[in-house]
Amino acid sequence: MVPVDYYLILSAIIFSLGVIGVLLRSNALVVFMSLELMLNAANLVLITYAAYYRVLSGQLIVFFVMIVAAAEVAVGLALLVAIFRAKKSVDVDQMSSLKG
Amino acid sequence: MTFETTIPYLVFGVLALVAVASAVAMLISKDAVNSALFLVLNFATVGVIYLTLGAPFIALSQIAVYAGAIMVLFLFVIMLLGGEKFKPAIPRRSHIIFAGVLGAVFLLELILAYFVRYGNMTVPAVQAPGYGSPTALGMELFSKYALPFELTSLILLSALIGAIILTRDSKKEISSGETESPVEDENAS
Repeated sequence: MVPVDYYLILSAIIFSLGVIGVLLRSNALVVFMSLELMLNAANLVLITYAAYYRVLSGQLIVFFVMIVAAAEVAVGLALLVAIFRAKKSVDVDQMSSLKG
Repeated sequence: MTFETTIPYLVFGVLALVAVASAVAMLISKDAVNSALFLVLNFATVGVIYLTLGAPFIALSQIAVYAGAIMVLFLFVIMLLGGEKFKPAIPRRSHIIFAGVLGAVFLLELILAYFVRYGNMTVPAVQAPGYGSPTALGMELFSKYALPFELTSLILLSALIGAIILTRDSKKEISSGETESPVEDENAS
């Protein structure tokens, strides 16, 4: 079997790529996808430690994270649609005001 | 190292390579639709990695929920907003370098923090038979985690209502008194 280290370092790399995506991209949709990437990297750590300690709780937390991520995506994309209606753009550099 | 012990490393290496490459491709592709499709590839690959870690149920729900439902929602919104027609904003060179340096520092910090705190945990992850099966997971979920499971229904309900309220076209509804306003084709104009 592959050592636990490898999975954790892979997860760290994917998480950092997500951080770079949030910092770099100006399209709000891609920023949002990078957030999903980071959630996924965190899930990978949870699954890895669940396999390492042979407890099922880690896998169930991933299950709950998935549910919350689905809810978050629904609300987040609804917000993006609302912002697009107001500003005709999904560029994060344009979203500098809190009101309308 | 015999051939049998090399196989898991080979499988992991290929999967890790595909996962990282698809994440990088998601970051650098100009088109939001391409980004979404690379993210689907990444999610599917991570799902297969879950399979190698003895989590078949989570692996399949990863593919069904993430690569299926969430990314379909993403693609739907990208196409609704006409995201494929946006001209891509090219980030400034200083911006790229700054983000790259910050990301690299963050990665270094994560790996260092791990190795300082835990040393190298090279003990292989061995799987007990039946570990991570849907039966075992269901027993745990509905006995130990029954209350959180019920609470997730509340989260999903609030997300449902929130999404409907946020995307409702309030001005049109007040003026014409319609209860259901069709989604406008925004990108036609």
